[in-house]
Amino acid sequence: MEYAISVLLSGISVGGQYALIAIGYTMVYGILRLINFAHGDVFMVSGLIAIYLTTMGLPLPVTLALAVLITVLLGFLIERVAYKPLRSAPRMSVMISAIGVSYLLQNTATFVTGGQPMNYPTIPALSKMVTIGGASTTLVTVVTPVLVIALVFGLVQLINHTKIGMAMRAVAKDFETSQLMGIKINRVISTTFIIGSALAALGSILYFTNYPYITPTAGAMPGLKAFVAAVFGGIGSIPGAVIGAFLIGICENIIKALPFEGATTFVDAFTFALLIIVLVFKPTGLFGEKATEKV
Amino acid sequence: MLKIDELKVSYGGIEAVKGITFEVPERKIVTLIGANGAGKSTTLRTIAGLVKPAHGCIHLQGEDITSLSPDRIVSKGLTLVPEGRRVFPDLTVLENLKIGAYLRTDSLEDDLNWVYDLFPRLKERSWQAAGTLSGGEQQMLAVGRALMSRPKIIMMDEPSLGLAPIVVKGIFDIIQEINRQGVTVLLIEQNANMALKIADVGYVLETGRISLTGSGRELLANEAVKKAYLGS
Repeated sequence: MEYAISVLLSGISVGGQYALIAIGYTMVYGILRLINFAHGDVFMVSGLIAIYLTTMGLPLPVTLALAVLITVLLGFLIERVAYKPLRSAPRMSVMISAIGVSYLLQNTATFVTGGQPMNYPTIPALSKMVTIGGASTTLVTVVTPVLVIALVFGLVQLINHTKIGMAMRAVAKDFETSQLMGIKINRVISTTFIIGSALAALGSILYFTNYPYITPTAGAMPGLKAFVAAVFGGIGSIPGAVIGAFLIGICENIIKALPFEGATTFVDAFTFALLIIVLVFKPTGLFGEKATEKV
Repeated sequence: MLKIDELKVSYGGIEAVKGITFEVPERKIVTLIGANGAGKSTTLRTIAGLVKPAHGCIHLQGEDITSLSPDRIVSKGLTLVPEGRRVFPDLTVLENLKIGAYLRTDSLEDDLNWVYDLFPRLKERSWQAAGTLSGGEQQMLAVGRALMSRPKIIMMDEPSLGLAPIVVKGIFDIIQEINRQGVTVLLIEQNANMALKIADVGYVLETGRISLTGSGRELLANEAVKKAYLGS
């Protein structure tokens, strides 16, 4: 019983962390119809930024806040430099640009760290041990789902009830008509990247707290899982991405806990197989738009 | 009020508009008529700032607006009701109207009431998603949305497209009403008959060039126009 609870708890926790990355994928897709392949690497770089800032000896909360801020700036710059100039280019070109940025970030990380695994700072507030239903776990397991739900609630309010949110929904549907309304679409797109990067940075703090170190490819797998979660939930839909991420996190941990030899080794393949099965029956994902193509 | 000089626009190497010059006087209804592909839509899209011209200039109340971005042009009091209405289907009717006033920071109350007076149907449906409206209602919404920016001049691209004749008549009545209330109108239409009937000035556009000019009445009586555009 304790074992089942602990499996479920780590599933919810890692699912919440995937959710924070998945929102960035799904929002950018919603507006630009672009799979931002660099997003997982932004998540990794955010972790490295936190590590390097820690060495400067600032108080931990300041360090983490700065790390989020710099990640936001990075996400903003990536869009301005790598995607904006290709605004009227075919979608495939922008995607290739995203792959390019992804490798640029990984290679830069390798260059800066010398390819060595870097130790992530210990955040006492998150790594404190707690006991839930007899299963002991770190506090981050509890903090993650609560924080994710609060952030998603705030984000949905922003999108449905503010002027910028209305502009985001308009731009997602129709660039040209949005421009005719006087909306500066570049500003709206930048806002989307800023929100996505901020959430990825928060996800990065929660995720890497559970891992002893970061390598330059540490963003690839969580990034891919989050992307899968976004597709699973119906790409373009924020609640879909969040629910998809929680489901994937939980499934992954259940598969890992199965009493088969190699369950741990094959966990990623099984998770993806599960996704394929869902997509066969529901091609647009759980909450996907009916018409996926942009008019 | 709006002056177009020697405007040339190219699309992917093809010159769609080949140097046209025309003028929209204040408080008048001006129409550009012409067949499909004559360059009517391109002209309006260029004036609105969505397309950059290859040559020529556009002046609004004496000010050069040729290279301005669409949002700057809207803020100067020029708005376009796009072809095919293009309402935001997932936004409610009210949100569509509010987004038309995106650049404004003052109170929208009076203008909402003004639009609701012009189109009482929109008031009834204010909380409905715009995608659930009929074609005619969507056209009303597209016009209402454009009016929310408080334009001095409103450009309309084929407002009668795909609508039943009775609905078209309603839309044209509204165009005249808006004009009476002081808004200058630049209208492009394939329904040349309707357009010329309400227009003070008409221009005939043929393969990127203006071939004829006159008052609406003159053009309605013109033999060449009758033959080519009025089907008689």
